[in-house]
Amino acid sequence: MSGTFAVLVARDLRLAARRRVDVVLPIAFFTVAVSLFPLGVGPEPQILRQIAPGVVWVAALLAAMLSVTQLYAADHADGSLEQMLLVPGARISIALAKAVSHWFLTGLPLIVAAPVFGLLFDMTPAAIASLVAGLVLGTPVLSLLGGLGAALTLGLRSGAVLLILIIVPLCIPAIIFGAGAVAAVESGLSARGHYSLLGALLIFTAVLAPMATGAALRIATE
Amino acid sequence: MAGDPAANANPPGDSVLSVRDLECRRGDRVLFAPISFDVAAGQIVWIRGANGQGKTTLLRTLAGLSAPAAGKLAWAGAPENVPRPLYLAHANALKEDLTVSESLRFLLHLADHRVDGGDVDAALERFGMASRRDAFVRTLSQGQRRRVALARLAAQRELLPWLLDEPFDALDAAGVELLAGVIAGHARRGGAVVLTSHLPLPIDEPAPAIVQLREPALA
Repeated sequence: MSGTFAVLVARDLRLAARRRVDVVLPIAFFTVAVSLFPLGVGPEPQILRQIAPGVVWVAALLAAMLSVTQLYAADHADGSLEQMLLVPGARISIALAKAVSHWFLTGLPLIVAAPVFGLLFDMTPAAIASLVAGLVLGTPVLSLLGGLGAALTLGLRSGAVLLILIIVPLCIPAIIFGAGAVAAVESGLSARGHYSLLGALLIFTAVLAPMATGAALRIATE
Repeated sequence: MAGDPAANANPPGDSVLSVRDLECRRGDRVLFAPISFDVAAGQIVWIRGANGQGKTTLLRTLAGLSAPAAGKLAWAGAPENVPRPLYLAHANALKEDLTVSESLRFLLHLADHRVDGGDVDAALERFGMASRRDAFVRTLSQGQRRRVALARLAAQRELLPWLLDEPFDALDAAGVELLAGVIAGHARRGGAVVLTSHLPLPIDEPAPAIVQLREPALA
């Protein structure tokens, strides 16, 4: 079972390396979305500092949703998904492997880019650190839930919009506690409670989402 | 029942698969009249039927991808040691952006982690694709892609039952002959084969048993 997981992650990362444009798109979208806010809201540093964590989190969520819609589509179309599902007991491995590769290609670049945007919004170093810590715990949740949405909407027309409608509400807790951690640090409080809740959310999602995703894949290919 | 008597005749080897009164549905529609047949070790079973009659659905059901609407199917052996059939679908399951050998290696690794580079090369050689092993799949013709997908058959270490959906599609005359040889060889070694084909099977020995899918009786 762990063998299947490793084979799938290695293949997905190799495929991504061959299609670099697809990898750059989510991070480019993230950059554009975040950069729009200072232009729209106005350049007052006080306001920007206040909205920064929320803006970065919402942009991260949208970037993750944008890139997750095609997570299973290509494998479904060319028959690879069927071959993966034929491996006994592999459904959860498939779901986990897909979420992990999505996180490597979307979540990780966003975490790396987040400090730069923190500086753009004039955040303090402590606030930037808590933003990054929150993203480290929260972006895997987005990838896991996004994978579930992709499996549920596999093979549907207008599946992308449906996916966003189904999954975005489930991501709200991650946004609240992720952005809340930064707000807590900025007002001089401890963000430990927020991190604990994000961690609990991650564990909860990591246990349940792959099972649900596996069941959804099974239904989608029947 | 509608199963062909030839398929129900005394099997030459141990029974690998037994199908009893199996029905498949696509949506609300029953695809074919209930069928019963056995597949024995070393036997080639040729599923025949009109377009849309449910040949692919039947193979998918045998592979375990879909649940039967009615009836039973049982692979021989204890439940935990059921032989996992090798299912080659109509789609080739190759990735455009991987090379030929990467694609094949991935598919082999999914099923069996002991596969090494030598197995992959030998299998490609057998299907005449060794010279294109580092070419990207997107540069191949339909027939070449089919050959790469079929090369999985030549790389099998275990004598798994094969489920082949229109394996002769897109192949040239030499490819058809080659594949017929591989399938007949598998059967002679004692492997079971269930396949669909809308062309006459170019396999004489062992003679394929025919299972004909028929229209379901009107309700």
